Amino acid sequence: MAHLEDQRETIYKVDPANPETKDLPILRTEELLLNMGPQHPATHGVLKVILDLEGERITKSTVVMGFLHRGVEKLAEYGTYHQFIPHTDRLDYVCAMYNNFAYCRAVEKLMNVTVPERAEYLRTIVAEVQRIIGHLFWLGTQALDIGAMTVFFYTFRDREILLDWFDELCGARLTTSWYRIGGVERDFTASLETRIRDFLAYFPPKIDEYVVFLEKNRIWLARTVGVAVISAEDALGYGLSGPTLRGSGVDYDLRKYESYGAYPKCEFSVPVGKNGDTYDRYWIRIEEMRESIKIIRQCMDQMPKEGPVLADVPSVTLPPKNRVFTNLESMIQQFKLFSQGFDAPPGEIYCGTEAHKGELGFYIVSTGGGKPYRLKIRSPSFIHMGAFDYMAKGYMIADAVTIFGSYDIVMGECDR
Amino acid sequence: MHPLAETIQARFPDGFLSAQEWRGDLAVTVKREALHAIGRFLKDDPSMACDYIVHVSSVDWPDEEERFEVVYEVYSIRHRHRIRVKTRVPERDCFVDSLTDIWPGADFMEREVFDMMGIRFNNHPDMRRILMPDDFPEGYPLRKDFPLQGKGWRDTFDFLNEGAAS
Repeated sequence: MAHLEDQRETIYKVDPANPETKDLPILRTEELLLNMGPQHPATHGVLKVILDLEGERITKSTVVMGFLHRGVEKLAEYGTYHQFIPHTDRLDYVCAMYNNFAYCRAVEKLMNVTVPERAEYLRTIVAEVQRIIGHLFWLGTQALDIGAMTVFFYTFRDREILLDWFDELCGARLTTSWYRIGGVERDFTASLETRIRDFLAYFPPKIDEYVVFLEKNRIWLARTVGVAVISAEDALGYGLSGPTLRGSGVDYDLRKYESYGAYPKCEFSVPVGKNGDTYDRYWIRIEEMRESIKIIRQCMDQMPKEGPVLADVPSVTLPPKNRVFTNLESMIQQFKLFSQGFDAPPGEIYCGTEAHKGELGFYIVSTGGGKPYRLKIRSPSFIHMGAFDYMAKGYMIADAVTIFGSYDIVMGECDR
Repeated sequence: MHPLAETIQARFPDGFLSAQEWRGDLAVTVKREALHAIGRFLKDDPSMACDYIVHVSSVDWPDEEERFEVVYEVYSIRHRHRIRVKTRVPERDCFVDSLTDIWPGADFMEREVFDMMGIRFNNHPDMRRILMPDDFPEGYPLRKDFPLQGKGWRDTFDFLNEGAAS
Protein backbone atom coordinates (compact mmCIF):
# COMPACT_ATOMS: atom_id res chain seq x y z
CA MET A 1 0.00 0.00 0.00
CA ALA A 2 3.02 2.27 0.34
CA HIS A 3 3.03 3.28 -3.30
CA LEU A 4 -0.65 4.21 -3.00
CA GLU A 5 0.15 6.66 -0.23
CA ASP A 6 2.93 8.22 -2.31
CA GLN A 7 0.59 8.70 -5.23
CA ARG A 8 -1.94 10.45 -3.04
CA GLU A 9 0.71 12.81 -1.72
CA THR A 10 1.91 13.91 -5.12
CA ILE A 11 -1.41 14.32 -6.83
CA TYR A 12 -3.83 15.63 -4.27
CA LYS A 13 -2.06 17.39 -1.48
CA VAL A 14 -1.39 21.03 -2.05
CA ASP A 15 0.80 22.21 0.73
CA PRO A 16 -0.23 25.77 1.77
CA ALA A 17 3.16 26.40 3.38
CA ASN A 18 5.00 25.63 0.18
CA PRO A 19 4.96 28.65 -2.16
CA GLU A 20 5.66 26.52 -5.21
CA THR A 21 2.32 24.76 -4.93
CA LYS A 22 0.38 27.88 -4.04
CA ASP A 23 -0.86 28.60 -7.54
CA LEU A 24 -1.76 25.03 -8.39
CA PRO A 25 -5.48 24.40 -8.63
CA ILE A 26 -6.81 22.49 -5.66
CA LEU A 27 -8.06 19.22 -7.04
CA ARG A 28 -11.30 17.85 -5.83
CA THR A 29 -10.90 14.30 -4.60
CA GLU A 30 -13.72 11.84 -4.82
CA GLU A 31 -13.99 8.11 -4.51
CA LEU A 32 -15.30 6.63 -7.71
CA LEU A 33 -17.26 3.43 -8.00
CA LEU A 34 -16.67 1.58 -11.24
CA ASN A 35 -18.64 -1.39 -12.43
CA MET A 36 -16.50 -3.72 -14.48
CA GLY A 37 -18.49 -6.41 -16.19
CA PRO A 38 -20.54 -8.60 -16.29
CA GLN A 39 -20.04 -8.24 -20.03
CA HIS A 40 -16.44 -7.21 -20.40
CA PRO A 41 -14.09 -8.81 -22.91
CA ALA A 42 -11.35 -9.31 -20.34
CA THR A 43 -13.42 -11.01 -17.66
CA HIS A 44 -13.25 -14.38 -19.44
CA GLY A 45 -16.96 -14.97 -19.25
CA VAL A 46 -19.51 -13.24 -17.09
CA LEU A 47 -17.86 -11.79 -14.03
CA LYS A 48 -18.62 -8.47 -12.43
CA VAL A 49 -16.17 -6.59 -10.28
CA ILE A 50 -17.14 -3.40 -8.47
CA LEU A 51 -14.05 -1.30 -8.01
CA ASP A 52 -13.69 1.51 -5.49
CA LEU A 53 -11.25 3.89 -7.06
CA GLU A 54 -9.15 6.74 -5.94
CA GLY A 55 -7.95 8.27 -9.16
CA GLU A 56 -7.06 5.21 -11.13
CA ARG A 57 -5.95 3.22 -8.11
CA ILE A 58 -8.09 0.44 -6.72
CA THR A 59 -8.81 0.77 -3.01
CA LYS A 60 -11.35 -2.02 -2.70
CA SER A 61 -12.89 -4.50 -5.06
CA THR A 62 -16.03 -6.51 -4.64
CA VAL A 63 -16.39 -9.58 -6.79
CA VAL A 64 -19.93 -10.39 -7.91
CA MET A 65 -20.25 -13.80 -9.46
CA GLY A 66 -22.73 -16.55 -10.05
CA PHE A 67 -23.92 -15.42 -13.48
CA LEU A 68 -22.97 -18.83 -14.84
CA HIS A 69 -24.18 -20.85 -11.86
CA ARG A 70 -25.94 -23.94 -13.13
CA GLY A 71 -26.19 -25.95 -9.94
CA VAL A 72 -23.82 -28.68 -11.05
CA GLU A 73 -23.34 -29.95 -7.49
CA LYS A 74 -27.09 -30.29 -7.07
CA LEU A 75 -27.43 -32.05 -10.41
CA ALA A 76 -24.77 -34.53 -9.37
CA GLU A 77 -26.97 -35.75 -6.51
CA TYR A 78 -29.67 -36.70 -9.00
CA GLY A 79 -27.60 -38.71 -11.46
CA THR A 80 -25.42 -41.79 -11.32
CA TYR A 81 -21.67 -41.56 -11.14
CA HIS A 82 -21.24 -42.36 -14.84
CA GLN A 83 -23.81 -39.78 -15.85
CA PHE A 84 -21.87 -36.98 -14.20
CA ILE A 85 -18.84 -37.22 -16.51
CA PRO A 86 -20.34 -35.00 -19.27
CA HIS A 87 -21.23 -32.39 -16.62
CA THR A 88 -17.56 -32.14 -15.70
CA ASP A 89 -16.78 -31.11 -19.30
CA ARG A 90 -18.82 -28.00 -18.75
CA LEU A 91 -17.00 -26.90 -15.61
CA ASP A 92 -13.82 -25.63 -17.15
CA TYR A 93 -14.94 -25.78 -20.75
CA VAL A 94 -11.53 -24.80 -22.02
CA CYS A 95 -9.89 -27.90 -20.57
CA ALA A 96 -12.51 -30.60 -20.35
CA MET A 97 -10.11 -33.54 -20.34
CA TYR A 98 -8.53 -32.59 -17.05
CA ASN A 99 -11.91 -32.21 -15.37
CA ASN A 100 -12.90 -35.68 -16.57
CA PHE A 101 -9.61 -36.99 -15.26
CA ALA A 102 -10.03 -35.39 -11.84
CA TYR A 103 -13.58 -36.67 -11.48
CA CYS A 104 -12.80 -40.21 -12.64
CA ARG A 105 -9.86 -40.38 -10.23
CA ALA A 106 -12.11 -39.36 -7.36
CA VAL A 107 -14.69 -42.03 -8.16
CA GLU A 108 -11.94 -44.61 -8.60
CA LYS A 109 -10.66 -43.73 -5.16
CA LEU A 110 -14.16 -44.15 -3.77
CA MET A 111 -14.68 -47.49 -5.52
CA ASN A 112 -11.09 -48.69 -5.10
CA VAL A 113 -10.68 -49.44 -8.80
CA THR A 114 -7.21 -49.92 -10.27
CA VAL A 115 -6.67 -48.61 -13.77
CA PRO A 116 -4.76 -50.80 -16.28
CA GLU A 117 -1.24 -49.69 -17.05
CA ARG A 118 -1.73 -48.71 -20.67
CA ALA A 119 -4.77 -46.66 -19.69
CA GLU A 120 -2.71 -44.82 -17.07
CA TYR A 121 -0.24 -43.80 -19.77
CA LEU A 122 -2.96 -42.78 -22.20
CA ARG A 123 -4.59 -40.69 -19.49
CA THR A 124 -1.34 -38.98 -18.62
CA ILE A 125 -0.51 -38.19 -22.24
CA VAL A 126 -3.93 -36.70 -22.91
CA ALA A 127 -3.89 -34.80 -19.62
CA GLU A 128 -0.56 -33.23 -20.52
CA VAL A 129 -1.80 -32.38 -24.01
CA GLN A 130 -4.71 -30.70 -22.28
CA ARG A 131 -2.33 -28.83 -20.02
CA ILE A 132 -0.50 -27.49 -23.09
CA ILE A 133 -3.82 -26.43 -24.61
CA GLY A 134 -4.78 -24.71 -21.37
CA HIS A 135 -1.51 -22.85 -21.13
CA LEU A 136 -1.63 -21.84 -24.79
CA PHE A 137 -5.13 -20.54 -24.34
CA TRP A 138 -4.07 -18.69 -21.23
CA LEU A 139 -0.98 -17.21 -22.86
CA GLY A 140 -2.92 -15.98 -25.88
CA THR A 141 -5.73 -14.39 -23.92
CA GLN A 142 -3.50 -12.95 -21.22
CA ALA A 143 -1.29 -11.29 -23.82
CA LEU A 144 -4.41 -10.06 -25.60
CA ASP A 145 -5.76 -8.57 -22.40
CA ILE A 146 -2.51 -6.80 -21.73
CA GLY A 147 -2.31 -5.48 -25.27
CA ALA A 148 0.02 -7.81 -27.16
CA MET A 149 -2.34 -9.11 -29.79
CA THR A 150 0.03 -11.02 -32.03
CA VAL A 151 0.79 -13.82 -29.56
CA PHE A 152 -2.87 -14.76 -29.56
CA PHE A 153 -2.77 -15.81 -33.23
CA TYR A 154 0.34 -17.90 -32.77
CA THR A 155 -0.86 -19.74 -29.66
CA PHE A 156 -4.26 -20.39 -31.19
CA ARG A 157 -2.62 -21.77 -34.33
CA ASP A 158 -0.87 -24.41 -32.23
CA ARG A 159 -3.84 -25.00 -29.96
CA GLU A 160 -5.86 -25.78 -33.08
CA ILE A 161 -3.48 -28.61 -33.99
CA LEU A 162 -4.12 -30.25 -30.64
CA LEU A 163 -7.86 -29.69 -30.78
CA ASP A 164 -7.95 -31.43 -34.14
CA TRP A 165 -6.04 -34.23 -32.50
CA PHE A 166 -8.74 -34.42 -29.81
CA ASP A 167 -11.30 -34.46 -32.57
CA GLU A 168 -9.76 -37.61 -33.99
CA LEU A 169 -9.38 -39.10 -30.51
CA CYS A 170 -12.94 -38.74 -29.27
CA GLY A 171 -14.98 -36.88 -31.86
CA ALA A 172 -15.15 -33.62 -29.94
CA ARG A 173 -12.86 -30.65 -29.66
CA LEU A 174 -13.90 -29.14 -26.35
CA THR A 175 -16.51 -31.17 -24.48
CA THR A 176 -14.65 -34.40 -24.75
CA SER A 177 -15.89 -36.90 -22.11
CA TRP A 178 -13.15 -39.31 -23.13
CA TYR A 179 -12.20 -40.54 -19.67
CA ARG A 180 -14.22 -43.31 -18.08
CA ILE A 181 -14.34 -44.54 -14.51
CA GLY A 182 -11.63 -47.21 -14.54
CA GLY A 183 -9.87 -46.16 -17.72
CA VAL A 184 -10.58 -44.41 -20.99
CA GLU A 185 -13.18 -44.73 -23.68
CA ARG A 186 -10.97 -45.88 -26.55
CA ASP A 187 -7.36 -46.59 -27.40
CA PHE A 188 -5.04 -44.50 -29.55
CA THR A 189 -4.93 -45.36 -33.22
CA ALA A 190 -1.67 -45.53 -35.18
CA SER A 191 -2.50 -42.21 -36.80
CA LEU A 192 -2.99 -40.53 -33.42
CA GLU A 193 0.40 -41.76 -32.25
CA THR A 194 2.10 -40.46 -35.38
CA ARG A 195 0.39 -37.10 -35.07
CA ILE A 196 1.35 -36.62 -31.43
CA ARG A 197 4.96 -37.57 -32.20
CA ASP A 198 4.98 -35.03 -35.03
CA PHE A 199 3.68 -32.46 -32.60
CA LEU A 200 6.42 -33.25 -30.08
CA ALA A 201 8.99 -32.43 -32.73
CA TYR A 202 7.12 -29.37 -33.95
CA PHE A 203 6.21 -27.69 -30.69
CA PRO A 204 9.39 -26.90 -28.64
CA PRO A 205 10.74 -24.30 -31.12
CA LYS A 206 7.30 -22.66 -31.05
CA ILE A 207 7.59 -22.06 -27.30
CA ASP A 208 10.79 -20.13 -27.97
CA GLU A 209 8.86 -18.15 -30.54
CA TYR A 210 6.28 -16.98 -27.97
CA VAL A 211 9.07 -16.16 -25.57
CA VAL A 212 10.72 -13.95 -28.19
CA PHE A 213 7.46 -12.06 -28.58
CA LEU A 214 7.09 -11.38 -24.91
CA GLU A 215 10.27 -11.52 -22.92
CA LYS A 216 11.92 -8.60 -24.66
CA ASN A 217 8.70 -6.67 -25.04
CA ARG A 218 8.95 -3.62 -22.81
CA ILE A 219 5.21 -3.23 -22.52
CA TRP A 220 4.74 -6.85 -21.48
CA LEU A 221 7.48 -6.53 -18.88
CA ALA A 222 6.10 -3.26 -17.54
CA ARG A 223 2.66 -4.76 -17.21
CA THR A 224 3.74 -8.00 -15.54
CA VAL A 225 6.95 -7.57 -13.54
CA GLY A 226 6.12 -6.59 -9.99
CA VAL A 227 2.38 -6.54 -10.62
CA ALA A 228 0.00 -8.33 -8.22
CA VAL A 229 2.67 -9.62 -5.89
CA ILE A 230 1.52 -12.12 -3.29
CA SER A 231 3.77 -13.68 -0.68
CA ALA A 232 3.99 -17.42 -0.19
CA GLU A 233 2.31 -17.26 3.20
CA ASP A 234 -0.64 -15.24 1.93
CA ALA A 235 -0.98 -17.37 -1.18
CA LEU A 236 -1.28 -20.48 1.00
CA GLY A 237 -3.74 -18.85 3.35
CA TYR A 238 -5.93 -17.88 0.42
CA GLY A 239 -5.81 -21.44 -0.87
CA LEU A 240 -4.20 -20.51 -4.19
CA SER A 241 -2.82 -23.44 -6.11
CA GLY A 242 -1.17 -24.36 -9.37
CA PRO A 243 1.07 -21.83 -11.16
CA THR A 244 -0.44 -19.02 -9.08
CA LEU A 245 0.91 -20.60 -5.89
CA ARG A 246 4.18 -21.82 -7.38
CA GLY A 247 4.87 -18.31 -8.66
CA SER A 248 5.19 -17.29 -5.01
CA GLY A 249 7.85 -19.91 -4.44
CA VAL A 250 5.83 -22.73 -2.88
CA ASP A 251 6.72 -26.11 -4.27
CA TYR A 252 3.28 -27.71 -4.30
CA ASP A 253 2.45 -29.91 -7.25
CA LEU A 254 0.17 -32.88 -6.74
CA ARG A 255 1.71 -34.60 -9.75
CA LYS A 256 4.88 -34.92 -7.69
CA TYR A 257 3.71 -35.16 -4.10
CA GLU A 258 0.51 -37.17 -4.36
CA SER A 259 1.48 -38.71 -7.62
CA TYR A 260 -1.04 -40.42 -9.84
CA GLY A 261 -1.40 -41.74 -13.38
CA ALA A 262 1.95 -42.41 -15.03
CA TYR A 263 3.61 -39.36 -13.44
CA PRO A 264 5.66 -41.39 -10.91
CA LYS A 265 7.30 -43.18 -13.83
CA CYS A 266 8.28 -39.96 -15.60
CA GLU A 267 11.08 -37.58 -14.85
CA PHE A 268 10.10 -33.95 -14.82
CA SER A 269 10.77 -30.90 -12.74
CA VAL A 270 8.35 -28.49 -11.17
CA PRO A 271 9.21 -24.88 -11.99
CA VAL A 272 8.91 -22.62 -8.95
CA GLY A 273 9.03 -18.83 -9.08
CA LYS A 274 10.60 -16.36 -6.68
CA ASN A 275 8.81 -13.05 -6.70
CA GLY A 276 5.15 -14.04 -6.73
CA ASP A 277 4.32 -11.51 -9.44
CA THR A 278 2.46 -11.90 -12.70
CA TYR A 279 5.68 -12.37 -14.62
CA ASP A 280 6.67 -15.39 -12.52
CA ARG A 281 3.29 -16.95 -13.05
CA TYR A 282 3.76 -16.45 -16.79
CA TRP A 283 7.26 -17.93 -16.68
CA ILE A 284 6.04 -21.00 -14.81
CA ARG A 285 3.41 -21.71 -17.41
CA ILE A 286 5.98 -21.44 -20.21
CA GLU A 287 8.30 -23.83 -18.38
CA GLU A 288 5.43 -26.21 -17.66
CA MET A 289 4.73 -26.50 -21.36
CA ARG A 290 8.31 -27.61 -21.87
CA GLU A 291 7.96 -30.12 -19.01
CA SER A 292 4.71 -31.40 -20.48
CA ILE A 293 6.50 -32.14 -23.75
CA LYS A 294 9.06 -34.14 -21.77
CA ILE A 295 6.36 -36.07 -19.94
CA ILE A 296 4.47 -36.90 -23.13
CA ARG A 297 7.65 -38.05 -24.83
CA GLN A 298 8.58 -40.34 -21.92
CA CYS A 299 5.07 -41.76 -21.77
CA MET A 300 5.04 -42.47 -25.51
CA ASP A 301 8.32 -44.37 -25.17
CA GLN A 302 7.53 -46.29 -21.98
CA MET A 303 3.91 -47.13 -22.72
CA PRO A 304 3.12 -50.86 -23.10
CA LYS A 305 2.32 -51.46 -26.76
CA GLU A 306 -0.87 -53.34 -26.05
CA GLY A 307 -3.24 -53.98 -23.22
CA PRO A 308 -6.68 -53.15 -21.94
CA VAL A 309 -7.64 -49.49 -21.63
CA LEU A 310 -10.53 -50.00 -19.23
CA ALA A 311 -10.43 -51.87 -15.93
CA ASP A 312 -12.32 -55.15 -15.94
CA VAL A 313 -14.55 -54.65 -12.92
CA PRO A 314 -18.02 -55.45 -14.30
CA SER A 315 -19.80 -54.08 -11.24
CA VAL A 316 -18.31 -50.62 -11.82
CA THR A 317 -16.82 -50.14 -15.28
CA LEU A 318 -18.68 -50.07 -18.54
CA PRO A 319 -18.50 -52.99 -20.98
CA PRO A 320 -16.64 -52.44 -24.28
CA LYS A 321 -18.83 -50.68 -26.81
CA ASN A 322 -18.60 -53.38 -29.49
CA ARG A 323 -19.90 -55.97 -27.01
CA VAL A 324 -22.81 -53.71 -26.02
CA PHE A 325 -24.09 -53.84 -29.60
CA THR A 326 -23.71 -57.59 -30.03
CA ASN A 327 -24.09 -59.19 -26.62
CA LEU A 328 -27.28 -59.11 -24.55
CA GLU A 329 -25.60 -59.36 -21.13
CA SER A 330 -23.26 -56.49 -21.92
CA MET A 331 -26.18 -54.37 -23.02
CA ILE A 332 -28.02 -55.07 -19.77
CA GLN A 333 -24.86 -54.25 -17.81
CA GLN A 334 -24.43 -50.96 -19.62
CA PHE A 335 -28.10 -50.10 -19.14
CA LYS A 336 -28.02 -50.89 -15.43
CA LEU A 337 -24.82 -48.93 -14.84
CA PHE A 338 -26.34 -45.84 -16.41
CA SER A 339 -29.88 -46.10 -15.06
CA GLN A 340 -29.23 -47.38 -11.51
CA GLY A 341 -25.50 -46.96 -11.12
CA PHE A 342 -23.13 -49.15 -9.18
CA ASP A 343 -23.37 -49.71 -5.47
CA ALA A 344 -20.84 -47.37 -3.90
CA PRO A 345 -19.70 -48.12 -0.35
CA PRO A 346 -20.75 -45.58 2.30
CA GLY A 347 -17.93 -43.19 3.13
CA GLU A 348 -16.35 -39.96 2.01
CA ILE A 349 -13.25 -39.15 0.03
CA TYR A 350 -11.43 -36.11 -1.22
CA CYS A 351 -9.27 -36.45 -4.27
CA GLY A 352 -7.28 -33.53 -5.64
CA THR A 353 -5.73 -33.45 -9.10
CA GLU A 354 -3.25 -30.96 -10.45
CA ALA A 355 -5.11 -29.39 -13.34
CA HIS A 356 -3.33 -26.64 -15.25
CA LYS A 357 -5.10 -23.92 -13.24
CA GLY A 358 -4.47 -25.45 -9.87
CA GLU A 359 -5.81 -28.11 -7.58
CA LEU A 360 -9.11 -29.39 -8.94
CA GLY A 361 -10.62 -31.56 -6.24
CA PHE A 362 -13.75 -33.60 -5.79
CA TYR A 363 -15.14 -34.27 -2.33
CA ILE A 364 -17.66 -37.08 -2.57
CA VAL A 365 -19.90 -38.28 0.26
CA SER A 366 -21.58 -41.59 -0.40
CA THR A 367 -24.25 -43.31 1.68
CA GLY A 368 -24.31 -46.34 -0.58
CA GLY A 369 -26.34 -46.70 -3.75
CA GLY A 370 -25.74 -45.48 -7.24
CA LYS A 371 -25.79 -41.71 -6.73
CA PRO A 372 -23.46 -39.46 -4.76
CA TYR A 373 -25.06 -38.14 -1.59
CA ARG A 374 -23.04 -34.95 -1.86
CA LEU A 375 -20.49 -33.93 -4.40
CA LYS A 376 -18.43 -30.83 -3.82
CA ILE A 377 -16.14 -29.43 -6.49
CA ARG A 378 -13.09 -27.59 -5.26
CA SER A 379 -12.55 -25.42 -8.28
CA PRO A 380 -9.33 -23.40 -8.41
CA SER A 381 -10.93 -20.46 -10.28
CA PHE A 382 -13.45 -19.83 -7.51
CA ILE A 383 -10.86 -19.96 -4.78
CA HIS A 384 -8.44 -17.75 -6.71
CA MET A 385 -11.12 -15.08 -7.02
CA GLY A 386 -11.24 -15.01 -3.23
CA ALA A 387 -7.78 -13.46 -3.22
CA PHE A 388 -8.65 -10.85 -5.84
CA ASP A 389 -9.54 -8.03 -3.45
CA TYR A 390 -6.33 -8.54 -1.52
CA MET A 391 -4.13 -8.69 -4.60
CA ALA A 392 -5.72 -5.82 -6.52
CA LYS A 393 -5.49 -3.30 -3.70
CA GLY A 394 -3.33 -0.35 -4.72
CA TYR A 395 -2.96 -1.29 -8.37
CA MET A 396 -4.43 0.43 -11.41
CA ILE A 397 -7.70 -0.47 -13.15
CA ALA A 398 -5.78 -1.90 -16.07
CA ASP A 399 -3.94 -4.20 -13.68
CA ALA A 400 -7.22 -5.71 -12.51
CA VAL A 401 -7.45 -7.34 -15.91
CA THR A 402 -3.90 -8.63 -15.56
CA ILE A 403 -4.64 -10.07 -12.14
CA PHE A 404 -7.64 -12.16 -12.95
CA GLY A 405 -5.98 -13.08 -16.18
CA SER A 406 -3.00 -14.38 -14.25
CA TYR A 407 -5.25 -16.69 -12.21
CA ASP A 408 -6.41 -18.20 -15.49
CA ILE A 409 -10.05 -18.07 -14.46
CA VAL A 410 -12.84 -19.68 -16.42
CA MET A 411 -16.26 -18.71 -15.15
CA GLY A 412 -17.86 -22.07 -15.93
CA GLU A 413 -15.68 -23.59 -13.27
CA CYS A 414 -15.85 -20.62 -10.95
CA ASP A 415 -19.65 -20.52 -10.74
CA ARG A 416 -20.30 -24.20 -11.39
CA MET B 1 -5.80 -44.12 15.53
CA HIS B 2 -3.77 -41.89 13.24
CA PRO B 3 -0.95 -40.05 15.13
CA LEU B 4 -2.26 -36.65 13.99
CA ALA B 5 -5.70 -37.46 15.38
CA GLU B 6 -4.09 -38.59 18.63
CA THR B 7 -2.27 -35.26 18.91
CA ILE B 8 -5.52 -33.38 18.44
CA GLN B 9 -7.27 -35.60 20.99
CA ALA B 10 -4.50 -35.13 23.54
CA ARG B 11 -4.58 -31.38 23.08
CA PHE B 12 -8.37 -30.99 22.99
CA PRO B 13 -9.87 -33.84 25.05
CA ASP B 14 -13.20 -32.03 25.35
CA GLY B 15 -13.53 -30.78 21.80
CA PHE B 16 -12.43 -33.96 20.04
CA LEU B 17 -15.21 -36.41 19.19
CA SER B 18 -13.91 -39.05 16.80
CA ALA B 19 -11.51 -39.78 13.99
CA GLN B 20 -12.10 -41.79 10.83
CA GLU B 21 -9.59 -43.07 8.34
CA TRP B 22 -10.89 -44.35 5.05
CA ARG B 23 -9.15 -44.81 1.70
CA GLY B 24 -6.13 -42.98 3.10
CA ASP B 25 -8.05 -39.84 4.11
CA LEU B 26 -8.00 -38.70 7.71
CA ALA B 27 -11.16 -37.03 9.00
CA VAL B 28 -11.55 -35.67 12.50
CA THR B 29 -14.95 -34.80 13.96
CA VAL B 30 -14.87 -32.07 16.57
CA LYS B 31 -17.35 -30.14 18.69
CA ARG B 32 -18.57 -26.90 17.21
CA GLU B 33 -17.33 -24.87 20.20
CA ALA B 34 -13.78 -26.17 19.76
CA LEU B 35 -13.59 -25.68 15.99
CA HIS B 36 -11.92 -22.30 16.04
CA ALA B 37 -9.35 -23.30 18.66
CA ILE B 38 -8.53 -26.48 16.76
CA GLY B 39 -8.22 -24.50 13.53
CA ARG B 40 -5.78 -22.15 15.22
CA PHE B 41 -3.83 -25.14 16.58
CA LEU B 42 -3.67 -26.78 13.14
CA LYS B 43 -2.30 -23.63 11.59
CA ASP B 44 0.17 -22.54 14.28
CA ASP B 45 1.48 -25.71 15.88
CA PRO B 46 4.81 -26.68 14.27
CA SER B 47 3.93 -30.40 14.26
CA MET B 48 0.72 -29.64 12.30
CA ALA B 49 1.67 -26.53 10.25
CA CYS B 50 -1.45 -26.76 8.08
CA ASP B 51 -0.93 -23.51 6.25
CA TYR B 52 -2.86 -24.33 3.08
CA ILE B 53 -6.66 -24.38 3.07
CA VAL B 54 -8.03 -26.82 0.53
CA HIS B 55 -11.79 -26.45 0.71
CA VAL B 56 -14.75 -25.74 2.94
CA SER B 57 -17.83 -27.80 2.32
CA SER B 58 -21.07 -28.83 3.92
CA VAL B 59 -23.33 -31.87 4.01
CA ASP B 60 -27.02 -32.02 4.87
CA TRP B 61 -28.34 -34.95 6.94
CA PRO B 62 -32.05 -34.04 7.32
CA ASP B 63 -32.97 -37.01 9.51
CA GLU B 64 -30.40 -36.40 12.19
CA GLU B 65 -30.59 -34.29 15.32
CA GLU B 66 -27.61 -32.15 14.34
CA ARG B 67 -28.60 -31.68 10.78
CA PHE B 68 -25.66 -29.99 9.04
CA GLU B 69 -22.05 -30.92 8.79
CA VAL B 70 -19.40 -28.34 7.99
CA VAL B 71 -16.19 -29.72 6.53
CA TYR B 72 -12.83 -27.98 6.43
CA GLU B 73 -9.91 -29.58 4.67
CA VAL B 74 -6.40 -28.31 5.28
CA TYR B 75 -2.96 -29.33 4.08
CA SER B 76 0.55 -28.85 5.37
CA ILE B 77 3.15 -27.93 2.78
CA ARG B 78 5.98 -28.71 5.18
CA HIS B 79 4.81 -32.11 6.39
CA ARG B 80 2.70 -32.97 3.34
CA HIS B 81 -0.30 -34.22 5.26
CA ARG B 82 -3.97 -33.57 4.79
CA ILE B 83 -6.56 -33.32 7.56
CA ARG B 84 -10.31 -33.01 7.22
CA VAL B 85 -12.01 -31.37 10.18
CA LYS B 86 -15.76 -31.82 10.49
CA THR B 87 -18.28 -30.39 12.87
CA ARG B 88 -22.03 -30.72 13.29
CA VAL B 89 -24.64 -27.95 13.65
CA PRO B 90 -28.35 -28.28 14.50
CA GLU B 91 -30.85 -26.51 12.26
CA ARG B 92 -32.40 -24.25 14.91
CA ASP B 93 -29.02 -22.80 15.89
CA CYS B 94 -27.19 -22.75 12.60
CA PHE B 95 -23.96 -20.97 13.50
CA VAL B 96 -20.29 -21.90 13.27
CA ASP B 97 -17.29 -19.75 14.15
CA SER B 98 -15.65 -18.49 11.00
CA LEU B 99 -12.05 -19.47 10.34
CA THR B 100 -11.46 -16.46 8.09
CA ASP B 101 -9.02 -14.96 10.57
CA ILE B 102 -6.87 -18.10 10.39
CA TRP B 103 -7.02 -18.78 6.65
CA PRO B 104 -8.24 -15.71 4.72
CA GLY B 105 -9.24 -17.96 1.83
CA ALA B 106 -12.05 -19.33 3.99
CA ASP B 107 -13.92 -16.08 3.24
CA PHE B 108 -15.32 -17.09 -0.16
CA MET B 109 -15.61 -20.76 0.73
CA GLU B 110 -17.71 -20.03 3.82
CA ARG B 111 -19.86 -17.63 1.85
CA GLU B 112 -20.54 -20.44 -0.58
CA VAL B 113 -21.52 -22.76 2.27
CA PHE B 114 -23.88 -20.08 3.58
CA ASP B 115 -25.33 -19.53 0.12
CA MET B 116 -25.89 -23.19 -0.63
CA MET B 117 -26.73 -24.63 2.77
CA GLY B 118 -27.77 -21.71 4.96
CA ILE B 119 -25.15 -22.18 7.67
CA ARG B 120 -24.05 -18.85 9.10
CA PHE B 121 -20.54 -18.05 10.26
CA ASN B 122 -19.84 -15.90 13.31
CA ASN B 123 -17.29 -13.11 12.86
CA HIS B 124 -17.29 -13.47 9.10
CA PRO B 125 -16.39 -10.13 7.46
CA ASP B 126 -18.93 -10.29 4.64
CA MET B 127 -21.71 -12.83 5.16
CA ARG B 128 -23.66 -12.49 1.92
CA ARG B 129 -24.79 -14.82 -0.81
CA ILE B 130 -22.14 -15.43 -3.43
CA LEU B 131 -23.43 -17.54 -6.31
CA MET B 132 -27.20 -17.12 -6.06
CA PRO B 133 -28.77 -13.67 -6.57
CA ASP B 134 -28.94 -11.48 -3.45
CA ASP B 135 -32.74 -11.46 -3.60
CA PHE B 136 -33.10 -15.22 -4.11
CA PRO B 137 -36.27 -16.02 -2.17
CA GLU B 138 -36.36 -19.80 -2.20
CA GLY B 139 -33.90 -20.66 0.52
CA TYR B 140 -30.79 -22.75 0.21
CA PRO B 141 -30.46 -24.89 -2.91
CA LEU B 142 -28.18 -27.66 -1.72
CA ARG B 143 -30.39 -28.67 1.19
CA LYS B 144 -31.96 -32.05 0.67
CA ASP B 145 -35.50 -30.67 0.96
CA PHE B 146 -34.91 -28.23 -1.93
CA PRO B 147 -36.36 -29.66 -5.15
CA LEU B 148 -34.06 -29.97 -8.15
CA GLN B 149 -36.26 -27.74 -10.30
CA GLY B 150 -36.59 -24.97 -7.71
CA LYS B 151 -39.67 -23.76 -5.91
CA GLY B 152 -41.33 -21.73 -8.63
CA TRP B 153 -39.56 -18.37 -8.43
CA ARG B 154 -38.63 -18.58 -12.10
CA ASP B 155 -42.28 -18.98 -13.09
CA THR B 156 -42.99 -15.47 -11.82
CA PHE B 157 -40.48 -13.84 -14.19
CA ASP B 158 -41.69 -11.63 -17.01
CA PHE B 159 -40.27 -12.79 -20.30
CA LEU B 160 -40.24 -10.78 -23.51
CA ASN B 161 -42.60 -12.21 -26.04
CA GLU B 162 -40.21 -12.31 -28.96
CA GLY B 163 -42.66 -13.88 -31.38
CA ALA B 164 -45.19 -11.07 -31.02
CA ALA B 165 -42.94 -8.36 -32.48
CA SER B 166 -42.98 -9.62 -36.06
